[in-house]
Amino acid sequence: MTGAGASVGLRDVAISFPHGPDRIEALGGIDLPVAGGEIVSLIGPNGCGKSTLLRVIGGLLAPDRGSVTLDGDPVTGPDERVGLVFQEPRLLPWRSVADNVTYPLELAGWSRERADERRRVLLRAVGLESAAAARPTQLSGGMRQRAAIARALALEPRVLLLDEPFSALDALTRERFNVEMEKLHARTGTTIVLVTHSIPEAIFLGDRVVVLSPRPGRVVADVRIDLPRPRAWEALDEGIVSAAARRIRDHLGPADDQLPDALTPPDRRIHDLWVGE
Amino acid sequence: MIRASAAVPVVLALVVFVAAWKAIVVVGGYPPFILPPPESVAVRFVDAWASGVIGPHAAATLVEIALGFAVGAGLALAVGYLLARSPLAERLLSPYLVAAQATPILALAPLLALWFGPGLTSKVVICALIVFFPVAVATMVGIRSVDARLLELARSLRATRRQIVLTLEIPAALPNILGGMRVGVTLAVVGAIVGEWAGAERGLGVLVNLARGSLFDIPLMFATLVTIALVGVALYVVVVLVEGRLVGVR
Repeated sequence: MTGAGASVGLRDVAISFPHGPDRIEALGGIDLPVAGGEIVSLIGPNGCGKSTLLRVIGGLLAPDRGSVTLDGDPVTGPDERVGLVFQEPRLLPWRSVADNVTYPLELAGWSRERADERRRVLLRAVGLESAAAARPTQLSGGMRQRAAIARALALEPRVLLLDEPFSALDALTRERFNVEMEKLHARTGTTIVLVTHSIPEAIFLGDRVVVLSPRPGRVVADVRIDLPRPRAWEALDEGIVSAAARRIRDHLGPADDQLPDALTPPDRRIHDLWVGE
Repeated sequence: MIRASAAVPVVLALVVFVAAWKAIVVVGGYPPFILPPPESVAVRFVDAWASGVIGPHAAATLVEIALGFAVGAGLALAVGYLLARSPLAERLLSPYLVAAQATPILALAPLLALWFGPGLTSKVVICALIVFFPVAVATMVGIRSVDARLLELARSLRATRRQIVLTLEIPAALPNILGGMRVGVTLAVVGAIVGEWAGAERGLGVLVNLARGSLFDIPLMFATLVTIALVGVALYVVVVLVEGRLVGVR
């Protein structure tokens, strides 16, 4: 479906946001190389800047310092090689599923015939052929997210950025999506950067699980997951999984409600709103 | 579109209205030059349309409404968008817009008739002025309420400014905009009639004046009023039908 995945390079990426008279540092110097075709899971406490980091890679936010590259080219804005899937499906409610999926093609100026052909391929890839004419409101949450994934794949991206794409789905649907996402990756070889709150999900999909610190986000651990692919939930080697999970959990630090007061910013809720987490 | 069963209450309400009208005439014993009975208005209505008394006036008024609405709503779309997206424009323009809206059109009409003459132009200007405000406000509210997350999506897909306006902002704001147009189109009728009162040779507003004054044909005056009301209702229904087509089921 797509060419090989593009590599992503983050060097000393820092970004801060204005907050009243001063600024809040969201990312405090991130170094993160992602090889072409690799799946990297990003995990970290609330407000650590995971979603911000994804937006920096996607060219939606410009960092204050540091560099972001795609296959060595500096990222200066949204790039055609990058596909984004958000936590919410973000479908246009007045368009049919099919027209939502081909929206990127329309914006990119594809001819109708070419877009029609691509539409069939995309809908088949996510199993939504029978829902092509439906409106987003007529679909289940899982089907909506399938449509959003198909839309992200429309322009054959070489990097897929997934911002907690399955967090609104029920546990079973979520496991199935993880399996399908891995299959998709096997077929396309796209590089994937996944932001997640779920340690099992991070391990199941990731070649590496990168743990970020509380704000300002920094890389505190980079755990390699040496499990053969394709992975299956039932067949995961429990020894490797639990060892990896323990390492990740160690670096995540104590659970949120055990944080000493000094580390819990009083303005977290507001901050999360504009950081987009 | 409208089922027979849905039409029953509408017809019933009309029957009650006409019956109440007739009852007031009979019980109150009003002479026809104060309140003519419904049947004589109905006869005059049919007769005046058949003999071509109302037709040319109605046509003149409809042209004024159509042009005034098009100009007013068109400008309102552009200004409403600007107000929504530019805080500076809103701060600079909104006091004048509100002041213009707060000044009764009835008070402005003679001035506008003086400036633009007794012809079509002054009516179009008055209509446009009265249509402008509700459509501009509705557009501003609609554009402002476009989901920021959808805007981010469009930006991630490298949509141009023009593409964002055409494929995202306008469709998203359309229910609001059409709601403003519902109000605007009925006000356009008011604008046209007021404009005609301030000086015109033709139009339903002129005919109301003629029927009341030199012709002293009160049933004709009522028939003209009925025509004006029907024009307003018909235009409103047109906007609602357009809305059904464009907005449909979401």
